[in-house]
Amino acid sequence: MFKVTIDGIEVEIPEGSTILEAARKIGPEVAPPTMCYYSSLETSGGYCRTCLVEVTKGSEKDPRPMPKLVPACRTQAMDGMVVTNELSARVKEARAGVTEFLLFNHPLDCPVCDQAGECHLQDLSYEHGKYKTRTDFERRTFEKIDIGDKISLHMNRCILCYRCVKVADQLTDNRVHGVLNRGDHAEISTYIKEAIDNDFSGNMIDVCPVGALTDRTFRFKSRVWFTKPMDAHRDCEKCSGKVVLWYKGDDVLRVTGRKDTWGEVEEFICNTCRFDKKKTSDWTIEGVRDISRHSVISANKYKKLVKPNEFTLNDIKALPE
Amino acid sequence: MQRKLLFEHIDTEGIQTFDVYRSKGGYSSVEKALKTMSPDEVVEEVKRSGLRGRGGAGFPTGMKWGFLAKPEGVPRYLVCNADESEPGTFKDRYLMEHIPHLLIEGMITSSYALGANTSYIYVRGEFFYVIRILERAIEEAYKNGWLGKNIQGSGFDHDIYVHPGAGAYICGEETALLESLEGKRGNPRIKPPFPAVKGLYGCPTVVNNVETIAAVCSIVNDGGAAYADIGVGRSTGTKLISASGHINKPGVYEIELGLPVEEFIYSDAFCGGILNGKALKAVVAGGSSVPILPAELILKTAEGEPRLMSYESLADGGFATGTMLGSGGFIVMDESASVVHNLYTFTRFYHHESCGQCSPCREGTGWMEKILHKILEGNGTMEDIDLLWDVQSKIEGNTICPLGDAAAWPVASAIRHFRHEFEEYVKHPARHQQINFYDHCHNLASATT
Repeated sequence: MFKVTIDGIEVEIPEGSTILEAARKIGPEVAPPTMCYYSSLETSGGYCRTCLVEVTKGSEKDPRPMPKLVPACRTQAMDGMVVTNELSARVKEARAGVTEFLLFNHPLDCPVCDQAGECHLQDLSYEHGKYKTRTDFERRTFEKIDIGDKISLHMNRCILCYRCVKVADQLTDNRVHGVLNRGDHAEISTYIKEAIDNDFSGNMIDVCPVGALTDRTFRFKSRVWFTKPMDAHRDCEKCSGKVVLWYKGDDVLRVTGRKDTWGEVEEFICNTCRFDKKKTSDWTIEGVRDISRHSVISANKYKKLVKPNEFTLNDIKALPE
Repeated sequence: MQRKLLFEHIDTEGIQTFDVYRSKGGYSSVEKALKTMSPDEVVEEVKRSGLRGRGGAGFPTGMKWGFLAKPEGVPRYLVCNADESEPGTFKDRYLMEHIPHLLIEGMITSSYALGANTSYIYVRGEFFYVIRILERAIEEAYKNGWLGKNIQGSGFDHDIYVHPGAGAYICGEETALLESLEGKRGNPRIKPPFPAVKGLYGCPTVVNNVETIAAVCSIVNDGGAAYADIGVGRSTGTKLISASGHINKPGVYEIELGLPVEEFIYSDAFCGGILNGKALKAVVAGGSSVPILPAELILKTAEGEPRLMSYESLADGGFATGTMLGSGGFIVMDESASVVHNLYTFTRFYHHESCGQCSPCREGTGWMEKILHKILEGNGTMEDIDLLWDVQSKIEGNTICPLGDAAAWPVASAIRHFRHEFEEYVKHPARHQQINFYDHCHNLASATT
C-alpha cells in the first residue's frame, strides 16, 4: 500500500493507482473534475486537462516536485507523494484556463440542449469558470450528420473527450465511428455516413459529458429536472438490466444506466433496455433514485431536503449603536 | 577553419551513389563497429562524444540510448525521425537529398549499438522525392552487402524500411510518429511510458533525428573524444543550421558549435550579412517554435557576453532574455519585417497543425490566431494584447505534447520583446498594413534568385 497526501489529507491506496483514484478515495472535496476520464474505459483520460494537479513532492524516494502540472487521471501515485489540488493557485488558474478553452467553441445553447441539468461542462464552468466571456469570435460549426434513428449527434457541442470512441472500441464489436480531421476541426463522425447500430451503442449517450450525443427517443420531451428518476431492473439476456427510469407523470420518458457519484455509469446497458422498454410493466421498480442534493435534478423532489429554519421578525435585532 | 563532419564530401560529384560514397570512406563506421567493437562500446563512444539530439530538444543521445529497456525475447527498434516540418528548418531534407548513404550508414551503426534488427525512417510526406532517393540508397546498400542478413560476415542482421508520413507536423513528435508508423491516427501518446520502454508495437524503441544518427558515423570513426573536442562546453560537435530570411546567403551550413552568432550572420563564409545592407531586427534562432529575440539580445546576452551558437549560450538568460538552439532553423528578419505579421503566420501554422487531442492546444491555438487576425485587420485593442499573453500562458506546460509549448513560446516572446510593435499596430493599423506581408515575401524571393 502507498501513502499519498492530497490537499493535506492522507490516504492509503494500492500500488499502481493513479492520483485521481487516490483523490476519489478521499472524496469529492479533493477529487479533481474530469471530463474525459472514465474509470471503466481503458486508456481514457489525459485529453481534457481539467484534472491537472500539482505534485509538490514526487515520492518518499525522490522528493523532488514535478515541474509541470500533471493530469491526475494518468499519473501514477507514488509512495509518499504530496499533491495539491484545490489549494494550489497554479492548479486553479490552469483549470480556469482549461474551462475557458472548452467553452471557447462550445455553443451556449443550454436552453435548448437536452443535456442541460446533467451536463458535466455546465458543472465545470459553474465551479471553475469565469463569469464573463472574453471572446466574441464566431464559434466553429460542423455540418450535421445523421448517425441513426436512436442517437443524435450534435457535433458543435463536442469537446472531443474520446469517450464514445472508447466505448465503441471496448464494448462493441465493430467500431464504425471515430475522430476525423485535426485540431479544432476534428470531429466525431462515421467515415462513410453510416448509422451506428449495435446492441450497446446507446452507451455513447451515457458517457458523453456534454450534449453532443443525446437520446433521440427523449429529444425535447422534457427538461431532465422535471423528470423523476426511479431505479428499476428487468431480466435481460444481454445486459445486467439495472437501469434508471426517468418518469414524467406516469410515462417513462427515457431509460439510462445508473450513474455513480462521479457521473459514471456503473453497469453499461443494452439498447433494448434503453430504447425499447418504455412501459412501467416492463420493469420491476426498486424505488426512487438517490440524486445528489446539489444537482438541479433533485430540485423540489425529495423529502431528504432539509427545510430551512423559519425566519421570523423576532430574529431581527437592532444594530448596536 | 571550421571542421566539417557531415558535409565533408557533400560537394563531391555523385556522392549520392554507393560507389562514390564508399570511395570517400563511407561505411567505415559500420565496418569498425561490427568488426572491432561491442554494441556497448559504441554506446559508450556516443556517451563520451556528448552528442545531443539534433531534433530540437537537445537531449544527450548516449543517455537516451542508455535508457533503452532490454527485455529478453522482445525486439528493439530504431526509428529515424525524418518528419522535418518545423517552419525554418530544412537541414535533414538537404542531408537526405545529397548524402543519403550517410544516414543509412548511421542507421546501421546505431542499430548495431542498440541491438535493433529492424529500423524505420519516417519521412515527411511532402518529401516524396527524398523517399525515392533513400530507397535507391537502401537498395544499393542491400546489393553491396551492407544491409540484410549477416552484414559483411559479422552475423548482424539489419533491415531498414522507409515510411512516408502523410503531411502532419504533429507526427514529428516522437510518440505521434510511432502511432502513425503503426498505422493509427497520429496523436501523441501520454507519457509515461516512454518509447525507450514501450515504443513501436509496444517494444523498446529509440527515436532519433536524421542529423543525430548521421553524426554517429564520425563519432565511431574518430572516437567520441575527438568529437567532443569540437564545440564548447556541453555543446559538442558540429550542427547543421538552416539559415533563411533576410540574409544574403540563405542555405544549410554545418558549423562547429560555439561559433559566435554575429560571425554566423555577418561572415561571408555563412549568411553573408543582411539583405540589401539593412539593419538586423530580430532572429528566430532554432525553428519557429523557439522564442524570437531582438537584434541586441541575439548578438549579445543580457550580461553583454557575445552570444554563441550553442545550446547553453542561446539559452542563456532563460526565456526572459534567451532562446533555444532548437532544430537549427535560423530565421533572420531585417528592420522592414513586421513581428506581428510574422507571429500571425506562425500561429496560423500551429492552429492548423494542432492534433486536437487536448483542449488547451486545440482551442488555444485557434484563439490566438483569431486575436492576431483581429489585430492585423485593424480591429485590435490594447486588451487583446493582454488577452493574447494570458491565453499563451494557459497553454504552456498544460498540454500532452510540446506542440502546445511550441505554439505558446513565439507568442510570449514576441509580446515580451516587441510589445511596442503590437501597440503601434493597434493604434495605427493603417500605417502598418501598408507594409504588405506578401509583397515582402515576393521581394525576398526575387532578390535571392
